[in-house]
Amino acid sequence: MSDEVQIDQEVYDRLIGEGKSERIARAKAKAAAVRQAKVAEGASLGPKSPEDAAKALEAAKEKAGGGGGVATKTAAPAEAQAGGGRLTPEERSARVAASLGNGGNGGSMGVPTSSDHTHRLLALVPPAGIQQVQSKQMDKVYTWPHLLLVEFVALLAAGSLLLIAAFFLDAPLGSLANPNEVPAINKAPWYFMGLQELLAYFHPMVAGVTLPGVFVLLLMAAPYVDKNPSAKPENRKVANLAFTFFLTFWGLLVIIGSFLRGAGYAWVWPWVQGLGFTL
Amino acid sequence: MPKLPTYDDVKGNVQDNVIWKSIFRPGSIYRKGYRDTSRDRALASMNNVLYHLHPVKVKRHGLKLTYTYCLGGLSFFMFILLTVTGIFLMFFYTPAAGAGTEVAYLNMREISASVTFGQLVRNLHRWGAHAMVFTVFLHMARVFYHGAYKPPREFNWVVGVILLVLTLLLSFTGYLLPWDQLALWAVTVGTNMMGFTPVFGDQVQFVLLGGMEIGPDTLLRWYVLHVLFIPFVTVIFLAVHFWRIRKDGGISGPL
Ligand code: HEM
Repeated sequence: MSDEVQIDQEVYDRLIGEGKSERIARAKAKAAAVRQAKVAEGASLGPKSPEDAAKALEAAKEKAGGGGGVATKTAAPAEAQAGGGRLTPEERSARVAASLGNGGNGGSMGVPTSSDHTHRLLALVPPAGIQQVQSKQMDKVYTWPHLLLVEFVALLAAGSLLLIAAFFLDAPLGSLANPNEVPAINKAPWYFMGLQELLAYFHPMVAGVTLPGVFVLLLMAAPYVDKNPSAKPENRKVANLAFTFFLTFWGLLVIIGSFLRGAGYAWVWPWVQGLGFTL
Repeated sequence: MPKLPTYDDVKGNVQDNVIWKSIFRPGSIYRKGYRDTSRDRALASMNNVLYHLHPVKVKRHGLKLTYTYCLGGLSFFMFILLTVTGIFLMFFYTPAAGAGTEVAYLNMREISASVTFGQLVRNLHRWGAHAMVFTVFLHMARVFYHGAYKPPREFNWVVGVILLVLTLLLSFTGYLLPWDQLALWAVTVGTNMMGFTPVFGDQVQFVLLGGMEIGPDTLLRWYVLHVLFIPFVTVIFLAVHFWRIRKDGGISGPL
């Protein structure tokens, strides 16, 4: 980062003295320094004082011919009201002509050089058109650098783990596929072992189509079935228990299928007959 | 001897020209004059096509490792890694099988034996695929235990379940491609089950296999599904998934 950001040491020390955390003190001291720099450049700062704001509003109303309307919560700021109030078509075309025409001395874009009419990108929006977002003010931090840094570290960690695994463990490659030679141990990939294990107990239609179909539908339905509004673990013991049960059941099936089944899908102990499992 | 330019001179010259400035938009940390201020931090995410998947600000609790465990992000990272390594493998693989023309299988042998980095990239692709299935499962579990599927996020959970199914299908179609005994018979177990679909069983199996049983047509069909069709559908659902996270008000919680 090129420009080292200045902090206002006085403010920093004072805040630390008041027992504020280092993070807060630094942020405020930084803000103070930026503010000072701006004042030094002669820029006018941030929010107006209440009196200034009231004065500006009055002035704006006057300019708009006293028709300033009632300031409601969702109404546009006074500035926009003044400039963008409803015009009659004649007034509007007059304005357009004034800003475009002006005897051709308006620069290449037709922007008049001497006019207090400026181009605006603001428009009045009727209150009904505004989406009301009801949300609490939350404790938030900037995505850059906070979140992106965490993501980057996670990415590096996962990437290096995988690279190490790929370096030391080779992916399996058996002999050429031969449709006439059924291998003694014949298993699906591990994530489908749950289904294959079910196949040992149920008719293939039930194990291979009905049950997985029902599971996927149940999963999709979960948010619509679980009407409990709370997300706190202590308030949703039933849901958590049900889901844990489901996961455990599924995990058990996968483990049994993967490790405890051998030739002919018979039950085996891996420490006796060896591990009949390939990733 | 002329004075050597300092690091800052070089940096200044590199950054302070029309081309550099046209590439890195205002607020980019690579642009001259980036300052660690609220404004530039906000611009840093807004003015970058990748970062602006994120909102400018995120809830502080969402940053704690133990909230998301980065699982959704890691699932996505796996997907990207699989795309990159998969494209590499595509250069050396032809989905052709059948008596006398066992090209697919021979290609696999060549990738391991004579392609530079071939074995490593194949390993990355294989373990990455297993890892992705695993992270997606775990991601689903963490979302459930946080009750993060509750309104307004119900539909994003449904999109998630679809992504889970797509992930499994991606893995499963890829499993056949080496065309070895392991691939053939693991896939046979799966496709036999699909043949038991009520009423349309035979048709379902015929469409999936491109014939009555697994053969060269199945390989071509699954190759196209694996490298093109399913990734395409997955990307669409991923876009919806990420977009909905934003529209549903960012990450859920705090608990
Ligand atoms: C390809 C697979 C998937 C990818 C790449 C993915 C990606 C993500 C990411 C990056 C997030 C942000 C928060 C986080 O990292 O936890 C997220 C949130 C979420 N995901 Fe996924 N996801 C996938 C699959 C799923 C699945 C299988 C489900 C559920 C069945 C799901 C449901 C959700 C929900 C409900 C959220 C919002 C969570 C919250 O607001 O706390 N996603 N996903």
